[in-house]
Amino acid sequence: MTSDKARYWLLALPALAVMAIFYIWPLVNIWAISVTEPVPGFGNYVQGAESQAVTTSFVITFRVAALTTVFCVILGYICAYAIANTIRRAKPLLIALVLLPFWVSVLIRSFSWIVLLGRSGIVNDALRDVGVIERPLRLMHNEFGVVLAMVHVMLPFAVLPLLANMRGISPAYTDAARGLGASELTAFRLVYLPQTLPGIGSAALLVFVLSLGFYITPALLGGGRVLMVSEYITYQIQEFLNWGLGSALSVALLVATALVLVIAGRFLNLKNALLERS
Amino acid sequence: MSAPEARTTPFRIAMSTGGWLVAAFLALPILVVIPVSLTDTSYIGLPKESLSLQHYEAYFTSARWLGGTLGSILVGLAVAFFATVLGTAFSIGVWFLGGRAATIARWVLIVPILVPPVVQSLGFYRFWVQLGLIDTWTGVILAHTLLALPYVSISVFAALANLDPKLPQAARSLGASIWRTVWEVVVPAARPGMITGAVFAFIVSFDEIVGVLFITVRRVETLPKLIWEGIQDNIDPTIAAVATILVVISLIVAVISGLRRS
Repeated sequence: MTSDKARYWLLALPALAVMAIFYIWPLVNIWAISVTEPVPGFGNYVQGAESQAVTTSFVITFRVAALTTVFCVILGYICAYAIANTIRRAKPLLIALVLLPFWVSVLIRSFSWIVLLGRSGIVNDALRDVGVIERPLRLMHNEFGVVLAMVHVMLPFAVLPLLANMRGISPAYTDAARGLGASELTAFRLVYLPQTLPGIGSAALLVFVLSLGFYITPALLGGGRVLMVSEYITYQIQEFLNWGLGSALSVALLVATALVLVIAGRFLNLKNALLERS
Repeated sequence: MSAPEARTTPFRIAMSTGGWLVAAFLALPILVVIPVSLTDTSYIGLPKESLSLQHYEAYFTSARWLGGTLGSILVGLAVAFFATVLGTAFSIGVWFLGGRAATIARWVLIVPILVPPVVQSLGFYRFWVQLGLIDTWTGVILAHTLLALPYVSISVFAALANLDPKLPQAARSLGASIWRTVWEVVVPAARPGMITGAVFAFIVSFDEIVGVLFITVRRVETLPKLIWEGIQDNIDPTIAAVATILVVISLIVAVISGLRRS
């Protein structure tokens, strides 16, 4: 039996070894760089904590991630509810529309938003043609544009866990509450909504964690004016070759992400939320 | 079951309408690239006087765009192959093992989903410099394989959840070797997950941009990198033509997979 066990490990080992050597080890190295370059010590962390630009970047990151999460959970909830409970015949179409963005790359989706929201973008042109505005509105290169495009990118990640959760809820409870005289809204609020809290939690966690480290959409829609931490790190390294500060901020971002997961783990079954999702 | 008239309460109508509005918000902005790609102007915008295929022509006659496309496809196929082989072997081993160590191993393999892309790309860059893998196709395939492994291992493991552990045990007690049991009993059960995983791995690689920006310079160009540079430098409608081609392919794939599922 022991030799069987060794053979099973032999199957699992190549992937684990590749992951440890080429992924985990380089990440550990980032931590090492942050305390050795340019000089050994925690100077980079001190510099980061004292820098106004760095703290602003972290505040922007958490604010954008939080706003994105709130909008995604609300919109995702409505959409998942419609799929699970109210739409019947057109359900496959609705699911297909929700999943469509998953098939299209984030880069293309961000490009679409640039085409829509730019200074001479489609929205501004249309509004000017109709005569609503005279000068183009600033719809991107600000937090509005970044959050709008990020909600679009992250929304499917909110819908799927909510839908999985709602599919497991028996209508019998809400029906019983209605039969006992509760109004439809009361039955929803007191009976249905509490049963969907695990789904809300998973959706919020997934969207928030992915938003914290998001780079592509904020970089393209923010136009350098909404510097989230990921973009700030890239600036430090590509423009100033400041690897010390860049890797210290990377470690900080990684720790922030881990903290969010640990806190979420107190309220949520992380194994269900992350490991078993399909 | 609720009474039939309950189906048309204001609450349900509001939720249905809201659901459709959210779906429209998800789908419509993506489709905006289609009219823009047909513009007769040399800048991004809706067609002014007539429809034109000039930007498609620009794409199909550009060695750079076609080279990037081919590069991305080949890298994607290689990544799908390596990630599926490694991820399937991993999931099967871990499925047999069970227990705490196996769960920890599964967590290790999904780490790339949770780590911010820029952070992992810094790690790749520094290590790839040491290994001499910067600006090489091997370097890109290796990085993308790591990023694709979580998706393969999750989908293969999900497929194995339907396999009764007694089946491989029965094969063993009838005298089959461990490898034969894996090959003839477990792998067939894992196949749906392997296919899903391979498709996911291809898409992860085909769309990946942040890692490529860090670990390639000039020699290696993928499609996302060309799109990224195009958006940054000048907004040229060729990008809209490329985007339309990708969106249409995605639509076709989505419809086919939707039909197969139903």
